[in-house]
Amino acid sequence: MINFNLFVLPFFFGLLYMLLAIGKSWYRWISALPAIDKVKVTSGIRHPGQVISALKEVFLEAFIHRRMWKLNPLLGYLHMSFALGWLLLIVLGNMESRFYSGTHLNAPYYPIFLKFFIHDKLVLFFEVYSVPGVFRFIMDFVLLFVLSGLVLAFIKRKHSKWFGMKQTTTHQLTDRVALTCLWLIFPMRLLAESYTAGYYGNGGGFMTQPLGNALVYITPLPSEFIAYTMWWGYSLVLGIFFVTLPYSRYMHIPTEVLLIFFRHFGIQPKKWYSSFTETEVHACSRCGVCIDVCPLRAAEVIDSQAVYFIRGVRDNYVPEEITQKCLICGRCQEVCPVGIKTDALRLIKRRELNSGQATEFRYLSNGHAKPADVIYFSGCMTHLTPTIIRATKGIMTKAGVNYIHLDENQTICCGRPLMIAGKDRQASELIEFNKLLIKQTQAKLLVTSCPICYRVFREEYNIPIRIQHHSQYILDLVKTGKIPLQGNFRRVAYHDPCELGRGTKTFEAPRELLGKVADLVPVRDQTNNAHCCGGSLGIFEISSHQRDTMTKQALEILLEHEPETLATACPLCKKTFSPHSPVKVMDIAELVYQAIPEKELPTISQLPHLSSCFVSAQSRPE
Amino acid sequence: MKDFGYTLQPDFSIDFDRNDKRMMLYVVNHEPSLNLCIGCGSCTATCSTGHFTSFNIRAIHTLLRRGETHQLKQEIRKCMFCGKCQLVCPRGVNLRNVILRINRAIEQIG
Repeated sequence: MINFNLFVLPFFFGLLYMLLAIGKSWYRWISALPAIDKVKVTSGIRHPGQVISALKEVFLEAFIHRRMWKLNPLLGYLHMSFALGWLLLIVLGNMESRFYSGTHLNAPYYPIFLKFFIHDKLVLFFEVYSVPGVFRFIMDFVLLFVLSGLVLAFIKRKHSKWFGMKQTTTHQLTDRVALTCLWLIFPMRLLAESYTAGYYGNGGGFMTQPLGNALVYITPLPSEFIAYTMWWGYSLVLGIFFVTLPYSRYMHIPTEVLLIFFRHFGIQPKKWYSSFTETEVHACSRCGVCIDVCPLRAAEVIDSQAVYFIRGVRDNYVPEEITQKCLICGRCQEVCPVGIKTDALRLIKRRELNSGQATEFRYLSNGHAKPADVIYFSGCMTHLTPTIIRATKGIMTKAGVNYIHLDENQTICCGRPLMIAGKDRQASELIEFNKLLIKQTQAKLLVTSCPICYRVFREEYNIPIRIQHHSQYILDLVKTGKIPLQGNFRRVAYHDPCELGRGTKTFEAPRELLGKVADLVPVRDQTNNAHCCGGSLGIFEISSHQRDTMTKQALEILLEHEPETLATACPLCKKTFSPHSPVKVMDIAELVYQAIPEKELPTISQLPHLSSCFVSAQSRPE
Repeated sequence: MKDFGYTLQPDFSIDFDRNDKRMMLYVVNHEPSLNLCIGCGSCTATCSTGHFTSFNIRAIHTLLRRGETHQLKQEIRKCMFCGKCQLVCPRGVNLRNVILRINRAIEQIG
């Protein structure tokens, strides 16, 4: 008997097309890697440890969907049933077909349509424990497992909230076609196998046999014809799905595997649009988890979330405003099940868009700084909240630190505001001027009050000097006993600034420091999941009214447990919250400064003389 | 001769019927909040660059409105883009976007 029928062709050619398309993409991405990354790939393949750990992650993420489980168990089960279930159907189907064919090399369609070619008789209850009987049971069970996921997927269309998602992605045509075919695959398989089992009166498992018998009983048409039609349908939906896969969101399935390998081989994202970024873009499954967490949704911006942005990048069409409309708060990349660095991607696109701009920063070259042990760099934003500067300097004076306030009168911007707009070249000019000043002080430690500066000092400056945010530095001072604190316990809610929290993963130091001077009240969305205050420098085209809505949303969550004071560690957050907050908004430094016993406070004469630290030739015309 | 701080300016006039409004229109179309400006000068007072030089955002606005593209190009290069101006603006003008758009206009219009 020749195991071939015309209906296998749509499946066969679809599969062939898909494999060629995936192979072409993989080849393109791997061959476009920079030379250094290619070396990493070739050396990585030779290390079984790396390959095994990558395979392990592929299994956990691409099949079990571990991160989806963490987001929501129902969502995790849905994705696992599809991915793991389908994998089992393929693997077990292959094993089952080997049993029947007895050869090692089957035609690729043979295991998929096995039940069409094989109708052996098994007497129920006796031979059910034979090898084919066990396979039939398992295959039916796995199909049921996949179908249970399909039912959940249907429910998710209507009640996405049950799956932990308020808003789901609005899909485009190719995605809808592929989705429809994917959803049809398994019911078609069920029907085809059932009708065949029902028509022959045998050959089905615990689910397909009774269902087939019932279907044949109730269907007036000749069941052989219907069964054959169903097999055609099954093959067609498979074929269409395979052909649309490379152009739809389901391209994420093969791409995620490659991405996981890339990561395990130590390939880093670049500052420009590289092959790695291209892989990341194709690995986006458009699940839409990033939509709910985007603070911009409160401001009624619904078209620029990471999922739509990445889709635009993949289709080579990103409207400019979508690239610009992002706070770069990083909340979406914390929840991304694929772990795509959405902020970095957005900045890459901004660099392409905004990088051209002439600069004239020579006026900055006149400054010089005196030597000191510690540099205090308050940053532009802190100059708008002078109480933070006063408190920080008071604390440092109390601790007897020999410090210099580097930007007391004249601030050279740290460069981050330019970088966040995609102007890295212009920022690097500012960075050079700041580096020169920092070098002149010969200091060993740089303390900054602004998380924006802190992040860029750490990431971009490459200076041989320790860099601390003032919350970390004051904590060190308190721990070494240089700052006497008295109980000044108030109920305080702490707001994680984006750049300090998600940006540099500094979550513990501010909390530990606050714990010494205040009672921390719980906050619903904190640390990784903290809201943006709405004042972000990352967005340009947004009205002040929209900013206010985001600020109010963040405040609502922060003030749920009725704190007496709202603490933050960022001057920009403080400035943004202050006009809207019913409670007092204070920086950590201010809270600590207030907790120093009054008799211990430094007198005015002890405070360093104004403008004694930083002297600029231009500012003092003689 | 004693310098009293006064200088003699060459004759200068702006013809609002003939000046180049392209850049102004481009910026205002993309950032209409610039029309809210009351010219209070808070932006200029707080400006980080203004602490080093005579850079003046209010003057930038005037140059933009007058269509004095050449001076505008020379001046806008000095901006460090820190965003303090926007934070102190009592009218909520999106000044960072204004600067961004001026730079874009210089690129596109020349």
